[in-house]
Amino acid sequence: MRPSGDGAVAFHAAQAGEPGLFKLVKDAQVLPSGTSATSNVPEPDDDIPLYAARRHIYPQRVHGTYRRIKWIVLYLTLGIYYLLPFVRWDRGPNAPSQAVLVDLANGRFYFFFIEIWPQEVYYLTGLLIIAAVALFLMNAVAGRIWCGYLCPQTVWTDLFQAIERWTEGDRREHMLRERQPWTLARLGRTGFKHFLWLMVAWWTGGAWVLYFADAPTLVKDLATFQAPFVAYAWIGILTFTTYALAGHMREQVCLYMCPWPRIQAALTDEHALNVTYRYDRGEPRASVKKSEALRQQGQPAGDCVDCYQCVHACPTGVDIRGGSNLGCIQCGLCIDACDAVMAKIGRPQRLIAYDTDINIKRRQSGEQPFVRIVRARTVLYVAIIAIVAAVMLYTLATRRTESISVIHDRNPIFVRLADGELRNGFTVHILNKLLQTRDFVLSVEGLSDVDLRVSGIEGNNGRTVVVPVGPDQTREVRVLVSTYQTLPPAASIALTFRITDPATGRQATAVDRFRGP
Amino acid sequence: MADKQETDAVTGTVTTGHVWDDIRELNTPLPRWWLWLFYATIVWSIGYWIVYPSWPLVSSYTTGAFNWSSREAVVTDLDALKAQRAPMVSRLATASLQQIVADPQLLEFARAQARPAFGENCAPCHGAGGGGAKGYPNLNDNDWIWGGKLDDIADTIRHGVRSGDSKSRLGPPMPDFGRDGRLKRAEIETVADYVRSAAGLATDPKADLAAGKAIFMQNCTVCHGENGKGNRDLGVPDLTDAIWVYGSDKATIVEGIWNGRAGMMPAWAGRLDETTIKALAVFVHTLGGGEK
Repeated sequence: MRPSGDGAVAFHAAQAGEPGLFKLVKDAQVLPSGTSATSNVPEPDDDIPLYAARRHIYPQRVHGTYRRIKWIVLYLTLGIYYLLPFVRWDRGPNAPSQAVLVDLANGRFYFFFIEIWPQEVYYLTGLLIIAAVALFLMNAVAGRIWCGYLCPQTVWTDLFQAIERWTEGDRREHMLRERQPWTLARLGRTGFKHFLWLMVAWWTGGAWVLYFADAPTLVKDLATFQAPFVAYAWIGILTFTTYALAGHMREQVCLYMCPWPRIQAALTDEHALNVTYRYDRGEPRASVKKSEALRQQGQPAGDCVDCYQCVHACPTGVDIRGGSNLGCIQCGLCIDACDAVMAKIGRPQRLIAYDTDINIKRRQSGEQPFVRIVRARTVLYVAIIAIVAAVMLYTLATRRTESISVIHDRNPIFVRLADGELRNGFTVHILNKLLQTRDFVLSVEGLSDVDLRVSGIEGNNGRTVVVPVGPDQTREVRVLVSTYQTLPPAASIALTFRITDPATGRQATAVDRFRGP
Repeated sequence: MADKQETDAVTGTVTTGHVWDDIRELNTPLPRWWLWLFYATIVWSIGYWIVYPSWPLVSSYTTGAFNWSSREAVVTDLDALKAQRAPMVSRLATASLQQIVADPQLLEFARAQARPAFGENCAPCHGAGGGGAKGYPNLNDNDWIWGGKLDDIADTIRHGVRSGDSKSRLGPPMPDFGRDGRLKRAEIETVADYVRSAAGLATDPKADLAAGKAIFMQNCTVCHGENGKGNRDLGVPDLTDAIWVYGSDKATIVEGIWNGRAGMMPAWAGRLDETTIKALAVFVHTLGGGEK
């Protein structure tokens, strides 16, 4: 947090409306908009402490549109997270019936109708690309709405803050209590809060491990202390992290730990809708009575009555009236808080709103404001998401349910048999990704005169061998390919191993070489 | 060393009192939290002395509160591994060789068990993949001096060849026809030409094959048979097939007839347990040349 005159300081400078969060900005000038302010930042002084002590934030309860959206998102996301492991999905007798399951022991990932083997983890790459570009798209449309509504840190912190308001009281009540000496009642309230926090945190860790084993069985095992130690360890770790991150660290994670605000600041543009204080409407600030009087005298008076409701509602302690801010997670709770006040004093809603600085300037100069969602960058992001999703869908739809791989013997590379026949040995793996046993017909091409044998399985005159492979399994077989064909010296002839599932006609091939003296 | 505390005028920091060439050292002690962490690690280390084996004594060492030792930890791990494998190992121990080969699961387990045993015991002579070397038969091919059935292979592994074991594979060694003067150098060359021609290998057009055959009939048929097919009961190799333990070039054949041959293989019955020997027999049998 040492000021160095770089761009980040400009954001801190805009913080000055609420002194204390960043001590180093107290000398900076308040700017109506949060754009470039570097010239006003004082030179770094040796006396400035390198660390600003945390100021505890007591976000005030608000009601309104964005609060409602946040509740709905919270119910949905946490509902999915906590309950998804219990959703069943019938895959037949040879596979688990849990809809979403990471089966580490057997190296399988199940997601409803999708099953992924370890070598198909590249599929995750597609998901990660989509996730990253979706984040960029959200940013291009409306800034950090990921941070404000969807980020797990925000969702859990929101839940923990709701518990805090319920047990310790809303902002005012809580702050008042904290100034008073400890009493049994206060101890009880605080203790109850931490108990509830720990219960949520514990259940969060508990839900996590359920994704890695059959959920109902594991719940039973956990309750009867039959579950493996690693399950308890993970629950313990995630209980601690949830309790620490959502209960205690909260906005500190967004301000100091998370890389996304830094990246986001570099990716955003002037058309992104940000939570914006419309200073064209709000300034100059005055009390309700004074601005009323000013208006009657025909003098300019802003709608902002300096009630600080927007600041009190903010979960990260930002004063949005200072302009866009590194601490702002774009959750819109200040909009709800401000709208409530505007309704009371009979002024129009949305003094704070999702808007752009361009629009403020346009309104100031009497032009019509506009919102441009369809821009080159949003179109590009949507296109990238569509392409990656299409590729993933294609690979999923055409996913091979059988596969073969071949390894040539390293020693000996070839074997001369008693009657002069030449033989090469191979280790062949045959994969059956379907959930029933399949009888693959193995054949080999590349030599005109060839004898194909599989150790332990009776073949068919040396031309083909039927290799049964169990459901959802890989089978390793030793394959011997022999020929009487006269080969050139140091022969190396391309061989194609082919498996055919006679039931479906599906095939898979692998290539290797036949080596001779 | 200065007696009284000195304060540096520029920084206002107390000096240590050390002066070198008029340069004074500022006294900037370690941060307290760092120091306390340091002390904490010392206390922690005492915990190690108590819990783990640590101090050497005259003839032993302090064993620690729980008598933990790395050796025992390894033994415990190995026991756990053995316990895990026990059901399959006991199936392997009780099943016959034919039963092992017939059961895909048991066959896979036997081959997996045998692979490291082969690497440790057999590979020095027979090669990592059983490919053999001069004088050491290739185990991948289908020519067997002492038999290629499962039980033949297991017996050869158990008792060895000319190993001194009471049940060892024992046959007459190839005599040294040249050194003991039974055949002259020219006669040996002639019979070598005949052996190569009988095996279908190219020979010198000037070679006297009829003379060679006569020498062969007189000296070699006792063991190798009139057709040269050898005799497995006595461990006499087939001279007509494409496989030559020592090599098929004329010089090597001449060398063999002149000096004689008597390959040997140690008996493994005392060194490897019966289950491992069975697994090895199955492994060698399934390398590719096993006979039914």
